[in-house]
Amino acid sequence: MTDQPVRRSRTRPRPQADRRGPVPPEGRTGLRFAAVMATLTLALAAAAIAALAWGSVRIPAADVVHILTGNADPSPYRTIVLDVRLPRVLLGAAVGAGLAVVGTTLQALVRNPLADPFLLGVSSGASAAAVAVIVLGIGAGMATTVTIPAASFAGAFLALLVVYALAREPGGGFTTSRLILAGVAVSYVLAALTSLILVVSARADHLKEVLYWTLGGLGSARWDMLAVPLTVLAVGTALLIALARPLDLLLVGEEGATVLGLDTARFRAAVFVLTSLVTGVLVAHSGAIGFVGLMVPHAARMLVGAAHRALLPVAALMGAVFLVVADLAARTVAAPQDIPVGVLTALTGGPFFLWLLRRGRTREEAA
Amino acid sequence: MRLRTEDLTYEIRSGRRLVDAVSLSVSAGETVGLVGPNGSGKTTLLRCVYGALTPTGGRVLLDGDDLADAGVKARARRIATVPQDGQTGFELTVRQIVAMGRSPHKRFWEGDTAADEELVHDALERVGAAALAGRSFARLSGGERQRVLTARALVQEPAVLVLDEPTNHLDIRYQLEILGLVRGLGTANLLALHDLTLAAYYCDRLYVLDGGRVVASGPPREVLTGELLAEVYGVAAEVAVHPATGAPTVTYLPGAVG
Repeated sequence: MTDQPVRRSRTRPRPQADRRGPVPPEGRTGLRFAAVMATLTLALAAAAIAALAWGSVRIPAADVVHILTGNADPSPYRTIVLDVRLPRVLLGAAVGAGLAVVGTTLQALVRNPLADPFLLGVSSGASAAAVAVIVLGIGAGMATTVTIPAASFAGAFLALLVVYALAREPGGGFTTSRLILAGVAVSYVLAALTSLILVVSARADHLKEVLYWTLGGLGSARWDMLAVPLTVLAVGTALLIALARPLDLLLVGEEGATVLGLDTARFRAAVFVLTSLVTGVLVAHSGAIGFVGLMVPHAARMLVGAAHRALLPVAALMGAVFLVVADLAARTVAAPQDIPVGVLTALTGGPFFLWLLRRGRTREEAA
Repeated sequence: MRLRTEDLTYEIRSGRRLVDAVSLSVSAGETVGLVGPNGSGKTTLLRCVYGALTPTGGRVLLDGDDLADAGVKARARRIATVPQDGQTGFELTVRQIVAMGRSPHKRFWEGDTAADEELVHDALERVGAAALAGRSFARLSGGERQRVLTARALVQEPAVLVLDEPTNHLDIRYQLEILGLVRGLGTANLLALHDLTLAAYYCDRLYVLDGGRVVASGPPREVLTGELLAEVYGVAAEVAVHPATGAPTVTYLPGAVG
């Protein structure tokens, strides 16, 4: 049945076929990645020392280093640095890193750089569920260190499912407007639900606690509550970095990922669980801090590109630096008032979001 | 290696059949063309073959194995394609896009080795896009993108290559180069082509689709006739064997619609 033609031999030889140059230097991007990671690690160390030194009591940086290395005698400084400020710095770093990693991942999932756990209503889902547990006393008798993160995880997961289903176009794409509308709508419903729970069963101490969920703050950091968020962050981030290859595949779209061998439905389910888990657990400890997951991935992409193997670690470090610095500012700009750090991130993140939106629009028009 | 479809059918909800009981086969080393007017079901048929759509009837067989039973990844190791929407709003380099072609051969946590990078480099050179390696894929022209995605399909090292209009954005020089390249790979190639003259020159056999059904098949010389073109495309055309290529050449006769 083959009509084997002579013409095959006539196809023109490729002119450059044998001029095989050396493999282009991938090493350069590797070097860049190492340099960025080293710089960010130094920045994190510097930010941490600054955050430990500054506050209502000003402690010299040299003393901070002495205390950290264990060379100092017991003193009031020691208590402030190790028991008051250090847990807060650690929680800030963990929450910042986690939100940045989750933001990066969600952006790949919806193929849109305007995604963020806060904007998509995932954080609202987590805090609504946490409030329900606190106020309604669900799971009373069990340790709140377990029930609140567990409820937050469930709330985050449900909110993400709903927003994803609402925002998805029939063809599988996500336009910016649909995504934001779905996120905003779900956030509002959840905020209303939170208010409803409060109004129905309000107690003075609940109100204060709940205000803290809505604004987002690191003021509650204590050593005995750090184990869960730090573990979840470490495991979640490590897993997502291991999933860098399939995350990259998501960037080329549903069909593109499928023909390259990715079972998109299964992978998406795994990513839903992982991102909700990290968001839920972090929100349970810090309330909903917005826009970190929007700004940081964007900046990280400008430094190392969109491939996740390099992007995720850089975003994590950058998010940690960002939130430690933001929290330091929140503690000090209006001292002795402790401004919730979520207020500060929203103050910077809101305008940034508008800028991104505008830029995206001019780009779409230009195309 | 032999790709076969058996009464492949794709029916949409309204009950209309976009692809209607199509049986075709492609052997290793063979290039088979799918031609037919817009809406004749070429793209739907190809998407069923490479797994973007699940056929509502019939089977796709690779060496006798039903592809419906194979996992997504196993399928991607054997069938490569250039999907329709290769767009990404994110800044990935051409090299990174092409390296994605290695994914079906990797566990998900594995990185790329030097051998993979070599494959990527070679593939880019074969499609004449080596100079683009470090560029941002999102900023390429349509033709450059198409060549890069073809390189990605090569890097997949497939047994079957399924291409939907692989040349539609390309300058004529690259049209000839890409088709010549695909022909020389030794893979089983199934291509949907618009240009009948190119199809006649580069394909060993053609299947003509109309309304989702195969209305003619065989070597181009036997299939491409004035009568068939009048019937399927509704145009008047003259088909002659070109003295230099030895392949049928189609000349359209505007105004004389049959």
